[in-house]
Amino acid sequence: MNIFHLAVKEILHRKLNFALGLLSIIAAIGVFVGALTLLKIHDLRTHQILEAKETETRMRMAALEDEMRKAMLNLGFNIVILPKDVNLTDWHADDYAAKYMPEDYIEKLAKCHLITVQHLLPSLQQKIKWPEQKRTVLLVGTRGEVPHLGAGPKKPMVEPVPQGAIVLGFEIHQDLGLKVGDKVTLMGREFTVHKCHDRRGNKDDITVWIHLSEAQELLNKKGLINAILALECQCAWANLPKVREEITKILPDTQVIERASEALARAEARIKVGEEAVRSVEQERQNRLRLRTEREQFAAVLVPTVMIASALWIGFLAFGNVRERRVEIGILRALGLRSRQVLLLFLSKAVVMGLVGGAIGYGIGYYGGGLVGRSLEHLGTSESVPPGLFDWKTLALAMGLAPLLSAVASWIPAVLAVQQDPAEVLREE
Amino acid sequence: MIAVENLRKRFSGPSGVVQALDGVSLQVGEGEFVAVQGPSGCGKTTLLLIVGTLLHPTEGKVCVGGANPYELPLDARARFRAQTIGFVFQQFHLIPYLTVRENILAPQLAVSDPAALQRADDLLRRFQLADRARHTPDTLSTGERQRTALARAFLNRPKVLLADEPTGNLDADNAEIVLRGLADFARDGGAVLLVTHDARAAQYAHRIVRMKNGKVLPD
Ligand SMILES: Nc1ncnc2c1ncn2[C@@H]1O[C@H](COP(=O)(O)OP(=O)(O)O)[C@@H](O)[C@H]1O
Ligand SMILES: [Mg+2]
Repeated sequence: MNIFHLAVKEILHRKLNFALGLLSIIAAIGVFVGALTLLKIHDLRTHQILEAKETETRMRMAALEDEMRKAMLNLGFNIVILPKDVNLTDWHADDYAAKYMPEDYIEKLAKCHLITVQHLLPSLQQKIKWPEQKRTVLLVGTRGEVPHLGAGPKKPMVEPVPQGAIVLGFEIHQDLGLKVGDKVTLMGREFTVHKCHDRRGNKDDITVWIHLSEAQELLNKKGLINAILALECQCAWANLPKVREEITKILPDTQVIERASEALARAEARIKVGEEAVRSVEQERQNRLRLRTEREQFAAVLVPTVMIASALWIGFLAFGNVRERRVEIGILRALGLRSRQVLLLFLSKAVVMGLVGGAIGYGIGYYGGGLVGRSLEHLGTSESVPPGLFDWKTLALAMGLAPLLSAVASWIPAVLAVQQDPAEVLREE
Repeated sequence: MIAVENLRKRFSGPSGVVQALDGVSLQVGEGEFVAVQGPSGCGKTTLLLIVGTLLHPTEGKVCVGGANPYELPLDARARFRAQTIGFVFQQFHLIPYLTVRENILAPQLAVSDPAALQRADDLLRRFQLADRARHTPDTLSTGERQRTALARAFLNRPKVLLADEPTGNLDADNAEIVLRGLADFARDGGAVLLVTHDARAAQYAHRIVRMKNGKVLPD
């Protein structure tokens, strides 16, 4: 027989005293574990919700990017770089610029690795009277795209027109009855029809394309161009000031015009949708964070309150227990038990109470917290609590905290038991 | 075995100072059985508790088993008490949640000795408690309770037995069993100090000491 045996025997003898103490430990640990479990569920749910939202956003963004890529292909060049002193009113009216700039501007641009524009295309355009055919056409000399030096090779958006070849807009080849392979004379020079475009419903229908160098010779503008066509890269869409700033830094005597198009507008809208999705994830995150803070604050008040109440109650019960056992303590001292043993007798009881109460309290807190968490998070019963709810740390904490709580609460009564004078009770008749 | 000399004990309570013992001197030798008699309040229990190393005297010398227990530090005195002194009280003072056998073994909580288990079984038979070994005190008769308390006092084979009115609540048969138990203890070489009103004590005790007002009366 030892002190621990004695403590257990006493517990079994005074079951009510033990049960009342046990209940309060269960309540304290239950609330503590319940609160931790709730917060854990909150975090796991937050993770789930945000993950789902982010996945959705990622998918939407991927779809968006795909559509943007397609839209880009249909978009055509949407940036026109013109000599600075071109009067835009005239340019819009005439469809071409009456001022010129050196052809090597395009190399200058290409060398600077601009990230905002890609697919640089030099062109020399002029509305002319086709002398041989007696009709007005827009003559465009072009030589294909200039690749960015250093940037990865991009699939060209337009095929260059070879020397000696001519490409005809719809109205022209229709009116003249020309087809691919036919020979035609333009300003005294013979060209072979290289391609006949379908109807586009814009000025392309009255345009003829030849190689840039030939156009320069025919129009007597050697080494000159009057427009550079380019495409804004995705990153710069709808950010014309940035594009303008970058280009005019390199080519100060130019101006940049952005041609709005339906595709661009759509792309802009999609970008906004993407931004909106990101913002909505962020907002959800903030909401969840706010909710967590609220719950945390509630727990931060509730848990210590219940713990303190529980400790007071246990102390009160232990005090009653010591009073009830005065004679027993006296006789144990008369039998020669040392003060340490008497202290141990009462603390053993507290520790047993803590361990049993901690285990039960943990179970109740864990499952109770799970149930409450489920309803707070509006999960159906079929929907499982997110996995990873159980963790050893909480269990260990509960099993450590519970005996500590009851031992600390029983400490003063146990010390009173030790200090009791055995002679006092043993003389009572 | 027990020697007290000029013992004084003063209590200062709310109603003034009480001189519970006023110069008591007494010796109980090995194998001697001494009964102390006197009116209620004359200081008998006080004397017993002082000899029992549970109550500091205000003045005077105490010697138990050749040593002054009050010179020992607390834990050592507790151990000394466990090894040297057995107590029997009028109210039995059994531990309510232990069985008879466990109550008898309770002194082993203070000093442990494997042979005590065998002695406990012998004591159970000697005091006719064998069939009650697994019962708790609340199911016992008063006689059985006091026999259990006596067996408990014997377990650690003390040198001194202190009994405070042990027969006060007992019928004649059980009172005799207890008194004979004390006499047997003395015969085996122990010292017995019995405080009692019981007239039968005279048949068993070697010597009667009379007290009044905290003093031992001359023979
Ligand atoms: N703790 C105490 N405080 C005050 N008076 C006490 C205390 N203990 C005992 N007394 C007094 O000391 C006297 C002797 O008591 P006690 O030894 O118990 O007498 P007895 O056992 O002979 O009846 C009594 O008058 C009692 O009231
Ligand atoms: Mg008395």
